[in-house]
Amino acid sequence: MSVLHIVNKSPYDRNSLDACLRLAQPDSAILLIEDGVYAAIPKASASERVQQALNNHQIYALQPDLQARGINPDNLIDGISLVDYDGFVKLTTDYDKSQSWL
Amino acid sequence: MATKKFLYVNRKAPHGSIYAQESLEVVLIAAAFEQDVSLAFVDDGVYQLLQNQDTGALGSKNFSPTYKALGDYDVSKIYVEQESLEMRGLGKDDLMPLVYEDEDDDWAEKDSIHVVSSSELADIIEQQDVILNF
Amino acid sequence: MKFGILVNEGPYTHQASDSAYHFTAAALRAGHEIVRVFFYHDGVNNGTRLSVPPQDDRNVSERWSALAEEHDVELILCVAAAQRRGLLDEDEAKRAGKNADNMAPGFQISGLGQLIDAGIQADRTVVFGD
Repeated sequence: MSVLHIVNKSPYDRNSLDACLRLAQPDSAILLIEDGVYAAIPKASASERVQQALNNHQIYALQPDLQARGINPDNLIDGISLVDYDGFVKLTTDYDKSQSWL
Repeated sequence: MATKKFLYVNRKAPHGSIYAQESLEVVLIAAAFEQDVSLAFVDDGVYQLLQNQDTGALGSKNFSPTYKALGDYDVSKIYVEQESLEMRGLGKDDLMPLVYEDEDDDWAEKDSIHVVSSSELADIIEQQDVILNF
Repeated sequence: MKFGILVNEGPYTHQASDSAYHFTAAALRAGHEIVRVFFYHDGVNNGTRLSVPPQDDRNVSERWSALAEEHDVELILCVAAAQRRGLLDEDEAKRAGKNADNMAPGFQISGLGQLIDAGIQADRTVVFGD
């Protein structure tokens, strides 16, 4: 499989998520880690972009980072999957390479 | 040694932080490993290539002329995203001219900078083996 | 699989080093090989043995050192980035005429070539930064 895109910044602070969505090919996956997990919260101004992206990409959020930030993992944008660090490692092996949007 | 396709993705402006300068240091070292090297300049990374940078008044190292040496290190695939330039009111003419000598074409001097669309750059990202971000 | 890890930020200010640590530990648990963890930019600050965090917090550099000892993981600080930021091992300190060194156990200083070499050797390279 193709690229695992890793986004670690809040979409309300930086443009990393937007850059990722602009430059990610269909079928590549997106993993939200660190402050990137704020993009998983529904009913926010970035939610629509994330929902649209779910049509072309699997989107994952790192559970320990959600938990640390008090984000309820049961109340994310529909279609976002949860992974822990073991799942994060698995994703990097499932995809050919990773691109961190630093 | 196996040859891999390395892409260095630059998304940060120079001078405000050290990332651009130290990223360039990696690229110069990497040249010795004879891998297939490409550079991408996206978002504020495009500011790294602006002409007329002068850090004299700051007392910090002006590393911007070093980009012009990339051609001598056989780094000739420099991709700049068109959308990032446009968003910042810039065009290719605002960037330093970067060239290399093509050994397969009687050492003709050629342009290293390729301004590409988002979808072209997305393809380029997809083709890599190793992507390094700074 | 073989992994190369790049850490671009120092401890405590950014989460990058913590994320890299948890990822590396998880990769080892899953039976993967870590070719090298390469510390660059402020990431070299992970290699100090002089940090004294409060008792109720994690000790980032000790945690890396422990991982290196248990799993024989190579922890490399970029020499140019380390020298700029005052991270010195005994040899570097002597060479630079400094009266102290501060390298934590398990860390080594080497050149940027080690990063490229990790990219060549590893099946996957994962970058953690700001």
